[in-house]
Amino acid sequence: MAGAPLAEQPAGLRAWLLSAEPHSRWQARLGRFYLGWRAFSRNPLAVVGLGIVILLIVVAVFADFIAPYSPVAGGDLRTQRLLPPSATYWFGTDDQARDIFSRVVYGSRITLFVVVLVALIATPIGLLVGTISGYLGGWVDTVLMRVTDIFLAFPRLILALAFVAALGPGIENAIIAIAITSWPPYARIARAETLMIRNSDFIAAVKLQGASTPRIILGHVVPLCLSSLIVRVTLDMAGIILTAAGLGFLGLGAQPPMPEWGAMVATGRNYLIDQWWVAAMPGLAIFVVSLGFNLLGDGLRDVLDPKAAK
Amino acid sequence: MNGGGGHGGALRSFLKKVAQFVVVLMTTLFGLVAVTFFIGRVVPIDPVLAIVGDRASPQVYERVRQELGLDLPLVQQFWIYLKKAATGDFGNSVLTTNPVMTDIANTFPATLELATLGTLIGVIIGVPLGVLAAVKRGSLIDQFVRVLGLAGYSIPIFWLGLMGLLLFYAKLGWVAGPGRIDVTYSYLYTPVTNIVLLDTAMQGQWDAFWDAVSHIILPACLLGYFSLAYISRMTRSFMLNELAQEYVIAARVKGLSEMRVIWRHALRNAAVPLITVIALSYANLLEGSVLTETVFAWPGLGQYITNSLQNADMNAVLGGTLVIGAAFVLLNLVSDLLYRLLDPRTR
Repeated sequence: MAGAPLAEQPAGLRAWLLSAEPHSRWQARLGRFYLGWRAFSRNPLAVVGLGIVILLIVVAVFADFIAPYSPVAGGDLRTQRLLPPSATYWFGTDDQARDIFSRVVYGSRITLFVVVLVALIATPIGLLVGTISGYLGGWVDTVLMRVTDIFLAFPRLILALAFVAALGPGIENAIIAIAITSWPPYARIARAETLMIRNSDFIAAVKLQGASTPRIILGHVVPLCLSSLIVRVTLDMAGIILTAAGLGFLGLGAQPPMPEWGAMVATGRNYLIDQWWVAAMPGLAIFVVSLGFNLLGDGLRDVLDPKAAK
Repeated sequence: MNGGGGHGGALRSFLKKVAQFVVVLMTTLFGLVAVTFFIGRVVPIDPVLAIVGDRASPQVYERVRQELGLDLPLVQQFWIYLKKAATGDFGNSVLTTNPVMTDIANTFPATLELATLGTLIGVIIGVPLGVLAAVKRGSLIDQFVRVLGLAGYSIPIFWLGLMGLLLFYAKLGWVAGPGRIDVTYSYLYTPVTNIVLLDTAMQGQWDAFWDAVSHIILPACLLGYFSLAYISRMTRSFMLNELAQEYVIAARVKGLSEMRVIWRHALRNAAVPLITVIALSYANLLEGSVLTETVFAWPGLGQYITNSLQNADMNAVLGGTLVIGAAFVLLNLVSDLLYRLLDPRTR
């Protein structure tokens, strides 16, 4: 049969991936990854979450091709303002006669930008504070953890509000403010992991070889903290999106005419009763994307961190 | 270690806990003040210019600068700020011209009313739902609780509030719109506690009371939903933990009814960690109230902060931030202390 060799090949690939005696580090890593993926894909909700996140990335990258209209320049203000959803304007039009669907599509770029930047700023800070604190111990640990506790003591949105108020409204300042409020839980996790790693034999061995403290922390402790931190950051993404949208809604995030979803909902507030779609559509986008990140984070946690799964 | 010390030892260890508690509280509050002071210093707005205007002569500018203490070294400025904050003096609000603390005292009861009602709804519905989900694991109700929780973590609160207003106020007309009470009723009672539901009920103004109820019900249910999503999820996991314990089997072997085993034996043990969760969710509602109050034009602390923000009224913003932060810290620590008191294992 013609189909037989084709069916054979994945089996061969799977055998290679699951080999008990991998020939290279690369093969072993791929095998681990494959096992993780198998566990992950058994959870249909997690796969849906991954699908939503991939969709967000695709939409953000190809926004120019997907959006039928400009996100900033509107149509005829006399005839195309506040039109309900139709075949021409899928999500309707807003008060500036702009196509809401196009604005939501371009807004995905802002959302992705915020999430990625916050993760890139907050994760290293948390990682560094946590590992240094955990590895060095003593008064360094006490001081760093006290500072962490103080930042944890503030409700996140309120602290972000105060920072944005100080720095001035704008998307960059919103990102900085959210990052400042996001790192403490990461520091806590990294510290807990470090405390477990610190006394293991391989660290003692590295120390005997004469490795310096920065080298031990950066080269040996940090990589081992990464996986549980990645899970936590993924689970936090939805929270970051919601905080950013909340700041946008209060007029402190992205400034007009940027198509930020939270700010779009705020505009829609003025037309809520008669033109519900202006507020409903961008809010729906926030909801779907946050849900996607939450589902993905849950799935990742089950695979990478079975202890924490309930 | 000193568990067998008898009465004196127990008292001493409890006093030690309280002393630790006070130290943690003090350092955290100190940190909160330091953070708000720092935020206040990096503001690009010149507080002197805001008072004298940009046409003032350099002499006037300099005098006001000295009056505000801005010419002093930073450490000294911080010391003054700290001393004032300790007595609740955050300066005057530019917007309302009242002392910030007076404004906060006026608006905080409204926030408290909303958050308390929200937490009540969350507990009354969330705990039984979580228990049922744990008992009937994998059933339809378990799936329902899971979806409810996931949605609660994903829906933007301000958007759900707007959609709620659209549906229940504009389309169905079941509830009253934004605000706390209709103007027609607002003169029928004298504000004593500033908690409208209490004031109207105590003064027997039942028409006003029901009007207040129809105003608060939607935002309270909204906050209640977010609290419920969190509480039911945590109740489920605590109950699953308890139901797997041996004493549950022992109780069943004794022939106790399933109802009694679940509600009297297992839930009682799950209640201890639940108290922490409820306190945490209460603290979170204080935060969630910022957006909710903006949507519902609810005259609470959250709306006060956002209004001040939009008018660059930094004294008010920082004072409000500090008060919510302090309430947050206090709730967290009290829940921690309660946990230690109620759970003998932590002693």
